[in-house]
Amino acid sequence: MAVIPVDRKPLSFAERTYMPQILSGMKITFKHLMAPKVTMEYPEERPAIPAGYRGVPTLVKDPNGREKCVSCQLCEFVCPPKAIRITPGEIPPDAPTRHVEKAPQAFDIDMLRCIYCGLCQEVCPEEAIFLQQQYTMTGYSREEMVNHKDRLYELGGTLPDEHYKWDKKKAAEEHGNAH
Amino acid sequence: MSDFFQLHPILLGILKGLAVILVIFPIAGVCSLAERKVSAWIQGRPGPNRAIPPWFAWVPVIGPFLQRLGVFHLMADGGKLLFKEDPIPGHVNKFYFMLAPLVGLVPAFTTVVVVPFGAYFDQAGHLIPLVLANVDVGLLAVFAVSSLGVYSLILAGWASNSKYPFLGAVRATSQLVSYELAMTLSVLPVFLWINAPGMSGSLSLARVVDFQSQAGFWGGAWFVFTMPISAFVFLVSLFAETNRQPFDMPESEADLVGGFHTEYGAFKWSLFFVNEYAHMTVGSGVFILLFLGGWNPLPWVSLATLIGWLSHLGAWAAHPLFVGVLSVVIFITKIITMLFVFMWVRWTLPRFRYDQVMKIGWQRLLPLAIANLIVYTVGIALLQK
Ligand code: SF4
Ligand code: SF4
Repeated sequence: MAVIPVDRKPLSFAERTYMPQILSGMKITFKHLMAPKVTMEYPEERPAIPAGYRGVPTLVKDPNGREKCVSCQLCEFVCPPKAIRITPGEIPPDAPTRHVEKAPQAFDIDMLRCIYCGLCQEVCPEEAIFLQQQYTMTGYSREEMVNHKDRLYELGGTLPDEHYKWDKKKAAEEHGNAH
Repeated sequence: MSDFFQLHPILLGILKGLAVILVIFPIAGVCSLAERKVSAWIQGRPGPNRAIPPWFAWVPVIGPFLQRLGVFHLMADGGKLLFKEDPIPGHVNKFYFMLAPLVGLVPAFTTVVVVPFGAYFDQAGHLIPLVLANVDVGLLAVFAVSSLGVYSLILAGWASNSKYPFLGAVRATSQLVSYELAMTLSVLPVFLWINAPGMSGSLSLARVVDFQSQAGFWGGAWFVFTMPISAFVFLVSLFAETNRQPFDMPESEADLVGGFHTEYGAFKWSLFFVNEYAHMTVGSGVFILLFLGGWNPLPWVSLATLIGWLSHLGAWAAHPLFVGVLSVVIFITKIITMLFVFMWVRWTLPRFRYDQVMKIGWQRLLPLAIANLIVYTVGIALLQK
């Protein structure tokens, strides 16, 4: 690329006193004084969060309203700051949400520890845990900052499920090829 | 209004003093809110608008309106600063550390004494300035006392026993010394002009305003028109002496973490800012008296002319009380405008570097002030010959 040397012009006297510049600057700031406000007023207005945002980790249910998490504890294991604590438990065979053997009895994520790394979402074989758009996690005490299972499900809601893994598995089982 | 109220002079003095303090202190307080609002507006955001005392929220329209305006933040700020924990660092000299903000209050509120803030006419039609002490050394007193304010910063910087406050204090001192010269020299032409040879000389600020309210084109012209360079030098020095941006070297958060007030918190910290605002108020008052016609409403329209016009509406217009209040209102309006300009400039200009501040002071403003003085001295001598 051609190099074009640009001569630096010596400043004129008016420029060296800075006064015209300062006055024009003041004119600009004065215009801003009158200009409409551009701030988003946070608690009432919230920014649109882009898809794929990594906010607070949440648990999601499948479209049948069943827990997806099978309490395999992979996320607990992978979580770098050890924010997740899972107590696995059985699902009674006659439960209406029964589709697998296990589900977490307790599932706690300590948001004071979580670093929003998203590893739990990456590792989960059931796509049960997602980092969603909730970005305002606050509380007045340490206890309040621990999300328990029901809170996690409440935050997570239901995401569209593309695989219906357990439905397919059940259908396959009924057709006689369990694996 | 001594001939109006017929009170004992001492009682009158106390009353007037209280009245002035009661005006200056709230102005200084409101300035801190105004600063937040003006900065917000210039930056295109609404600024503080959340605080509201519970029972006020019930008032239908006024409540939310005042809330949006942020007026309750003044109370909220005050309450916060009063009640929050105020730790005193272990390594400071406690006595001087506590003393420093208080020392600053003294000059800030003493200078008001000699600043006339209004005027009225007595029965004989003479203009009587409203001032706590209409002394002939008026301006000298302002300069002498207001520069004592820097002791507060020095004391704070030294007593804090840490490096940044100390550097801030040193900067405050040298900045004051550098700009005081230019400032004093810049106002000399004004006093050369109003003190005609043969008269008894005076540095009284009321005299300056008196001079700017004469009839005729040259009589009614404010000194900002006849002596623009003086006004400019004075204004720049005023910015520097009140430590306002772009000259706020003593605190500059960017390189000194807050300078002299680094170690301060809560109410002591806020006292420094009350001082700064009181200084700004008095400083802009002096600037208005010297160059912007004091309590005269407009250039070439003096207070007497305005009263003359209003007298057509009724005899009440000539009443000393009305005239006094009107003049004070005009003066305070001008002060508020000046305070706004201070804030406006703050959000326009970036902070200077310290060597630039020194350079502007010594290599630009001082020679400019001297040249200005010489030109006006020669000019006035030729005119008055
Ligand atoms: S996002 Fe990271 S830190 Fe937070 S719970 Fe998941 S794995 Fe743990
Ligand atoms: S959320 Fe996923 S990874 Fe964690 S225990 Fe449940 S199924 Fe396993």
